[in-house]
Amino acid sequence: MELQKFYYDNKIVRKFIVATMFWGIIGMSIGLLLAFMFLFPNLTDGISWLSFGRLRPLHTNAVIFAFVGNAIFAGVYYSTQRLLKARMWKDWLSELNFWGWQAIIVGAAITLPLGYTTSKEYAELEWPFDIAIALIWVAFGANLIGTILKRRQRHLYVAIWFYLGTFVTVAVLHIVNSMEVPVNALKSYSAYAGVQDALVQWWYGHNAVAFFLTTPFLGLMYYFVPKAANRPVYSYKLSIVHFWSLIFIYIWAGPHHLLYSSLPDWAQNLGVAFSIMLIAPSWGGMINGLLTLRGAWDKVRTDPVLKFMVVAITGYGMATFEGPMLSLKNVNAIAHFSDWVIAHVHVGALAWNGFLTFGMVYWMVPKLFKTKLWSIKLANAHFWVGTLGIILYALPMYVAGFVQASMWKQFNPDGTLTYGNFLETVSEIIPMYWMRAIGGSMFIIGALMGVYNIIMTARAGSKVTDELAEAAPLERVTKKRTSKEAYHTWLERRPVKLTIFATIAILIGGMVQIIPSLMVDDYIPVISSVKPYTPLELEGRDIYIREGCVGCHSQMVRPFRSEVERYGEYAKAGEFVYDHPFLWGSKRTGPDLLRVGGKYSDNWHLNHFYDPQSTSSGSIMPSYKWLTKNVLDKSDTKKKMEVMVGLGVPYTSEEIARVQEWMTEQGAEIEKNLYSDPDFAKAYEADKKYAQENGEDFVEMRNREVVALIAYIQRLGTDIKVKNADASALNINK
Amino acid sequence: MLKFVKGNLENIDGVAIYPMISLLIFFIFFVVLFWWVFTAKKAHIEEVSNIPLSDDTINTNETLL
Repeated sequence: MELQKFYYDNKIVRKFIVATMFWGIIGMSIGLLLAFMFLFPNLTDGISWLSFGRLRPLHTNAVIFAFVGNAIFAGVYYSTQRLLKARMWKDWLSELNFWGWQAIIVGAAITLPLGYTTSKEYAELEWPFDIAIALIWVAFGANLIGTILKRRQRHLYVAIWFYLGTFVTVAVLHIVNSMEVPVNALKSYSAYAGVQDALVQWWYGHNAVAFFLTTPFLGLMYYFVPKAANRPVYSYKLSIVHFWSLIFIYIWAGPHHLLYSSLPDWAQNLGVAFSIMLIAPSWGGMINGLLTLRGAWDKVRTDPVLKFMVVAITGYGMATFEGPMLSLKNVNAIAHFSDWVIAHVHVGALAWNGFLTFGMVYWMVPKLFKTKLWSIKLANAHFWVGTLGIILYALPMYVAGFVQASMWKQFNPDGTLTYGNFLETVSEIIPMYWMRAIGGSMFIIGALMGVYNIIMTARAGSKVTDELAEAAPLERVTKKRTSKEAYHTWLERRPVKLTIFATIAILIGGMVQIIPSLMVDDYIPVISSVKPYTPLELEGRDIYIREGCVGCHSQMVRPFRSEVERYGEYAKAGEFVYDHPFLWGSKRTGPDLLRVGGKYSDNWHLNHFYDPQSTSSGSIMPSYKWLTKNVLDKSDTKKKMEVMVGLGVPYTSEEIARVQEWMTEQGAEIEKNLYSDPDFAKAYEADKKYAQENGEDFVEMRNREVVALIAYIQRLGTDIKVKNADASALNINK
Repeated sequence: MLKFVKGNLENIDGVAIYPMISLLIFFIFFVVLFWWVFTAKKAHIEEVSNIPLSDDTINTNETLL
């Protein structure tokens, strides 16, 4: 057989590496800024687009989709070509993948700080971006599959399966979770409401971790660890079991994010059971990765690439042991909403994703530039600074999680809460936040060393944009199994079949969990006293979404004595039927807000938004001064209500017709309430007078954003106080 | 909470078949998986696991170093 000569595309790999390092530094720096905001809450005082709630989704998106995303593409484009002995299918698809992805990231970096968000975690980008992501993702998949079809290597190595599984599953997750109805160019409402929305979102959220942060990286592990250790993977058979059982089981585990919430118990328990099972494939994979180094452990002492990879795989093992433990309901009762979860995700992100990326980049860049790493010493320094950074980040967050959760649950002998003031539980863990910020700083310093080392390596070498290679083309073989060919051996050369089977494996779990929630009419017991939001409350809710309040405040009182005592009646599934999207949240940096309606006066809220520390001494909530000045944009309210009607919210046509008057009435009511505070009346009248005297426009309080937000906050959780909600819920199911 | 769900599920005709189907899907999935793996030829496994290590590049840049 004559050998064919062809070129590997190294240019695209190089571009993705540059993007990885660039966005990595950006994403981590935003994280560090956020870490310091816990210590200095007024760090960006008065700048709306630098406020905590708006930057938090930018941090998570930048790290997941920009840093890790570009690292995935870099590693996949490098390894796929070599594993298949073929150049990527189409250069223009590679370019489209690269520039499209970067454009989406830039779009995210602009729109998220401006408050354009769906509020669904790791899916915050608004609908035009969702469409763009789907298109670019398909370009990536087409390029991958096209390359597979013109490969010169008969059998698909396990890494390729992981890439295929990633492509298919992320596409399914992204499309199902992004079902939303646009209101305008940058605003949409989730097609699902309340419990359904929560279920779909965490099916997505959990599997974004599984199929964006895990499976592609496992593929990379199966390629780059054998390469760096210069020996084949410990057990190829184990990797087959690893792949199929991981994708089959992972997809079911999403509901463990909703334990003790209003999600039906059967779905919660299903999530727990599958999460426990996940230990087996995850640890199988970890062991397979680590044992690949059998007989090469001496190299780990000297080779920084292997050091990074060993810590990465160890981090994977720790996070995937911890994950199932966190899914146990009794552990989850403590950990959920606390900083424990922050520690958990950062072991995954910093160690598993971060360190595997660094190891991979340190290995690839010298190859791409035909040289040696500029400084092994600096890489080792990076390794140690980074490792200590991870430890210094994670350990204090575990302590903080335990301390705070224990304080939340502490009762006095007389049955009252020992720490009834939420703030006491926050000030207790400030030292932990300090240590976290220091640990995070160390990790970034390490990453900067890495960037410098990579740049110096590139400058010392000479780039090879198209690397010449040669391999024999594939001979045609029968589609059927050849004699004595085992079934899986056959499947490994049938990429389309393999992809279809993988898709079936991931669809089963999602369908079993989600379809009943959408199909069964009385899945959610109806509570007749729960009514749709008034238009002003709806606008207030959109401000709540815009400012990212959900990043620090949950709206989900779990059925625990400690929570019912602190916040009020626990959450019922029927309360959320008009919540497009749901706003249950996943972290309590501040207290739960489900039952906050009616707890404080309108004045208290106004003062609190203007300067949280004035009403709550020692609060680490930033001020939202701009809300007290901004004019409420009511131009889309009617459209919003119409969209809601389309989604099944029962607004009548009369209600929609008088939306403006309705809003003004409710706004005026709140304005009147605010006058009960003499300080407010005095300051407000003075402002009004000043504006009149100077001929300036004056926005009446009833038309300002803060009034809408107050209307929403005061509504929260009050519906079931109207009458005995349990009784009305039970009536329905008779 | 479970009572609401149980009610719904009990109303489906022949619901008892679903746990059996679920169990079978699982059992068969893993039986087939392990059957694949254990019947795989050693030589084939050896060959495939060495795919990443084969180097087919022609080093035209050697002279540059």
